[in-house]
Amino acid sequence: MSLFLDAIAWLTDPANWTGAGSIPQRIVEHLWISAVVLVIAAAIALPVGGAVGHTGRGREPVVMVSGGLRALPTLGVLTLFALWLGIGLRAPVIALVILAIPPLLAGAYAGFESVDRRTIDAARAVGMRELQIVGKVELPLSMPIVVGGIRSATLQIIATATLAAYVADFGLGRFIFAGLKTRDYGEMLGGSLLVIILALLVDGCFAVTQRLVVPAGVRATRTRELRSGPTRSRAAVGKPITEGNQQ
Amino acid sequence: MTTAGRGRLAALAAVAVGATVALAGCATGDPLDSGSDGGGDSETIVVGSQDYYSNEIIAEIYAQALEENGFTVDRQFRIGQREVYIPEIEGGAIDVFPEYTGNLLAFYVEDTTATTSDDVYAELEGALPEGLRVLDQSPATDQDSYHVTRAFSEENGVTSLADLEDVTTPITLGGNSELATRPYGPEGLKSVYGVDVAFTPIEDSGGPLTLKALVDNQVQMVNIYSADPNIAVNDLVTLEDPEGLFLASNVVPVVSEKVTDEIAEIINTVSAALTAEDLVALNSLSVNEQQSADQIASDWLGEKALF
Repeated sequence: MSLFLDAIAWLTDPANWTGAGSIPQRIVEHLWISAVVLVIAAAIALPVGGAVGHTGRGREPVVMVSGGLRALPTLGVLTLFALWLGIGLRAPVIALVILAIPPLLAGAYAGFESVDRRTIDAARAVGMRELQIVGKVELPLSMPIVVGGIRSATLQIIATATLAAYVADFGLGRFIFAGLKTRDYGEMLGGSLLVIILALLVDGCFAVTQRLVVPAGVRATRTRELRSGPTRSRAAVGKPITEGNQQ
Repeated sequence: MTTAGRGRLAALAAVAVGATVALAGCATGDPLDSGSDGGGDSETIVVGSQDYYSNEIIAEIYAQALEENGFTVDRQFRIGQREVYIPEIEGGAIDVFPEYTGNLLAFYVEDTTATTSDDVYAELEGALPEGLRVLDQSPATDQDSYHVTRAFSEENGVTSLADLEDVTTPITLGGNSELATRPYGPEGLKSVYGVDVAFTPIEDSGGPLTLKALVDNQVQMVNIYSADPNIAVNDLVTLEDPEGLFLASNVVPVVSEKVTDEIAEIINTVSAALTAEDLVALNSLSVNEQQSADQIASDWLGEKALF
């Protein structure tokens, strides 16, 4: 328990909250690199995942590649890229992008796949073009699952962005590495707690977002159904609605 | 992919994993296959080593020297950091462990002011807890030291830390993150030599990432252990330390109470024979020739013919 007391003492020491290398500075750095990584990874993974989910083609290779990427140890990838590109932020950004791609990809193709085929057929029947179907039908309906993928990727990025400090003077990982090596375990644990708190806060924001992106139509249907009886559980927020005459 | 194809792939993967495990088992060899045929002490001497290839070579030399003299040795190598193995030695689970005087002294006496080899050794003898002692220190050193590239040294006329004051271009120091707060870090450079340096953490203890950063001029000065063979391979210049910024750190065996005078004498003979050049050469055999610690140790002992 004294370790936790040390950590709390370290966290509440005003000297750690000002100056170069202070806690606020490290938090901003940590969030910044996490955001950069998320944007790059999303720019790569979401279109690919969307295309796979929309067309239903190439699912096997994408699942295999993203499964393979998941197996890569991030520290190993980081070292490899740092040996090639040198120290600094480039290597950690690349390593973290590789870490973030699988959950984003999975969210995107699973989201697009989850849209009821009959809804898409109906959209096509009323004369929507492919891009309109993607933008106006599939994307809104798949949003909760896509955001779920982004949410899980973000959680992993924030937790792993501590590795940026392996080759750069950057992020909350600095406290963890420095504390470990100088046997200042209060600092190490304090730094870890900051990462955990940051991850939980951001995750909470995404949980709210995930609720907000449920299309109004889906929500309206759900409310009506709830009133008419508990045929659909609340947990099915992201599920595609079943429409049409099916009984 | 077809189901049959996936089954084949899984089988292949299983074979690969199995083979890796089996090979890893072979690589270490049988620690009991020592050729000790009675005589000497029947009790087993436990030799430990840090998770550092150079330390393992020294431990292996101790172990083989003891075996040559008829002792039975149990090797407990590659035990993590000082925080982990020191309690094991204090508890009597390990009997002989290669250490470094300066680093070990700093572990026990954080604010020590000793820097020369003899001062450090003298203070270390007094600082060790009950039940632990150090045998004679070896002339071989493996200590923190600052290095620059040959080009930087020639361009700025720098061969010593005292010369850095006159360098006009900004200097960034690279090393493990703890260096930022160590007494010989940026603050020590400022107070002892009047040099201002920036700091970039590179967490591989003077390994390939640190070397690359130095060679690429992303940092201008790095902390590398003085017995690292990469210093010679990359033609780096070790900066002299006339004011004693660094603690001298000679190789020294830490031993438990179980170590008798007879054992102590064997290890002292080894320590006396191990020179600084030897240690660099031994490290080079490991890093550049990928020889095993076992092989390096027996070749060195054979060459020195100590027993």
